[in-house]
Amino acid sequence: MTLPAATLEITPTAPLGFSGLARIARRHPLVLIGGGLLALLIVLALSASLYAGDPGNMDPFKRLQPPSAEMWFGSDHLGRDVFARTIFGARISLMVGLASAACAALVGLLIGILAGYNRMFDNIVMRVMDGLMSIPTILLAIALISLTGPGIGILIVAIAIPETPAVARLVRSVVLSVRERPYVEAALCGGARLHKVLWRHILPSTIPALMVQGAIVCASAIMTEAALSFLGAGVPPEIPSWGNMIASSRLYLAIAPLTIFGPGICLAVTVLAVNLLGDGLRDMFDPRAKRRR
Amino acid sequence: MAGYILRRLVSTIAVMVMVGIFVFLLLRLAPGDPAAMIAGRSATEEMIAGIREQLGLNDPMPVQFMHWVGDMLAGDFGTSILAGRPVLELLSQRLEPTLSLAILTMILAVTIGVSFGVLAAWRAGGFVDRILTGFSALGYSVPVFVIGFFLIYFFAVRTHWLPVQGYVPMSNGIALWFMHLILPTVTLGLGFIAFIARVTRASMLEVLSEDYMRTAVAKGASSYAMLFHHALKNAGVPILTVVGISFAYLIGGVVITETVFNLPGIGRLVVDAINNRDYPIIQSVLILTSGLYVLINLTVDLTYMLIDPRIRY
Repeated sequence: MTLPAATLEITPTAPLGFSGLARIARRHPLVLIGGGLLALLIVLALSASLYAGDPGNMDPFKRLQPPSAEMWFGSDHLGRDVFARTIFGARISLMVGLASAACAALVGLLIGILAGYNRMFDNIVMRVMDGLMSIPTILLAIALISLTGPGIGILIVAIAIPETPAVARLVRSVVLSVRERPYVEAALCGGARLHKVLWRHILPSTIPALMVQGAIVCASAIMTEAALSFLGAGVPPEIPSWGNMIASSRLYLAIAPLTIFGPGICLAVTVLAVNLLGDGLRDMFDPRAKRRR
Repeated sequence: MAGYILRRLVSTIAVMVMVGIFVFLLLRLAPGDPAAMIAGRSATEEMIAGIREQLGLNDPMPVQFMHWVGDMLAGDFGTSILAGRPVLELLSQRLEPTLSLAILTMILAVTIGVSFGVLAAWRAGGFVDRILTGFSALGYSVPVFVIGFFLIYFFAVRTHWLPVQGYVPMSNGIALWFMHLILPTVTLGLGFIAFIARVTRASMLEVLSEDYMRTAVAKGASSYAMLFHHALKNAGVPILTVVGISFAYLIGGVVITETVFNLPGIGRLVVDAINNRDYPIIQSVLILTSGLYVLINLTVDLTYMLIDPRIRY
């Protein structure tokens, strides 16, 4: 027994060749701009040691210097190269942002699919999710981090937990609508096992929504990381991150504004890139939404 | 109707119980002995045992939980480890700056955001609409503290138009109080203006395409009456929902804004509590803010009926 309807439903996730990618880029410029910018930032961050100086090197004779050919963003109150620190800080921001978004997306996906298929599980877990959602993100993350003290691992977990309920709810709503579709019923009637139907038919249909939500979560995670590091509850001060750089330079705003605006603008550009990518993906997967907006 | 309110109340209480269990377990499931953590590194064995007894950590978990909830219902939110005073007292001392900032921000965001959104929907694709699109992309992407330092740099450090930071209580003069709150309010408000304006615009666009709007135009209603009397009222439900939901973001933003502008509010209290591991404060603020959030959203749900008489439960 063949089920052609199912293959129709999952076309958005079918593998794309180079020409397919080029077509997406032409039709959805936001995906190209956002994705390109993000890719550029990742490459710049990864190759930081090739062109940026040592971010930890302190020079007491060159404190709070204005920008120069040697130090593009000038130096901070300990004589460290602000440009090098900003570039190395990108690693932390991108890593924490992507890792927490990936955690939140995976856990949210799992919870959402199970909740969409099991009423018992749904009733219990969704109440927990409601509870988590009613605690402001920053406060919840602060509470989790205050248990162990600052560190990268706990930071990723602390950012991922508050973001998970939104993903779970979204996936659940997609699953609830997809499970009533004829092709899912047909697959079950055709004798396919439940776990196989979940994997082959339900899971792929959640991917578009999950990708859009993933971009939103990622942007929010990068901002939360910066905010937590700024508040002193995020990345430990010895590792440069955009948030803790801004926090440690706040007293020198009047003398050396670039110590704050350098990392601040990088942070804003990064979040903007991820947001543009998310907007582009949404337009791509849901063309009606574009007309409505 | 009464049935609906009752159901909403029950689910609200269920959410609060979840939050309670979560916050309770957070401290108990933390790695290490909470009593030892509270006592600090230089504590002796007896001190730790004393704290453990004082916190009731020797009782079974459900007993501890019931005690804890009972105390909170009676208005006892514990004692700050660092200050040695009741948490509620510390919070009430810090309430004025936080409330001032939150209320001013909400007023700014709702008035500017809604009017911006209405104008953008009125001439969709036009000048205001394009400005809004660009502005909201920025509002979503630039973190609160970066906006804050930009504003401080340009409107305080360079021009000396406004104070750099700090807070002046209302009792020392409304004008001075307001001057100190302009920059924090704008800092925190920009993101909300973008958020509320986007939702207002989307909701208005939907309503403007309805048949009764064409009727209103046909019978000769002025643009003003059309937008604000006919359309905005019908577009109100999603806008109100967003205002309710954004309360959670508002609290997070308040914590950051208070740090940027050195306002002695509840946000500062929480941030100081992280460094000192002052759990009673963190716990209480978590419970109180999420309680407030749930309450606000319950109120929002019940208000739907007032702004849209078609909604009946």
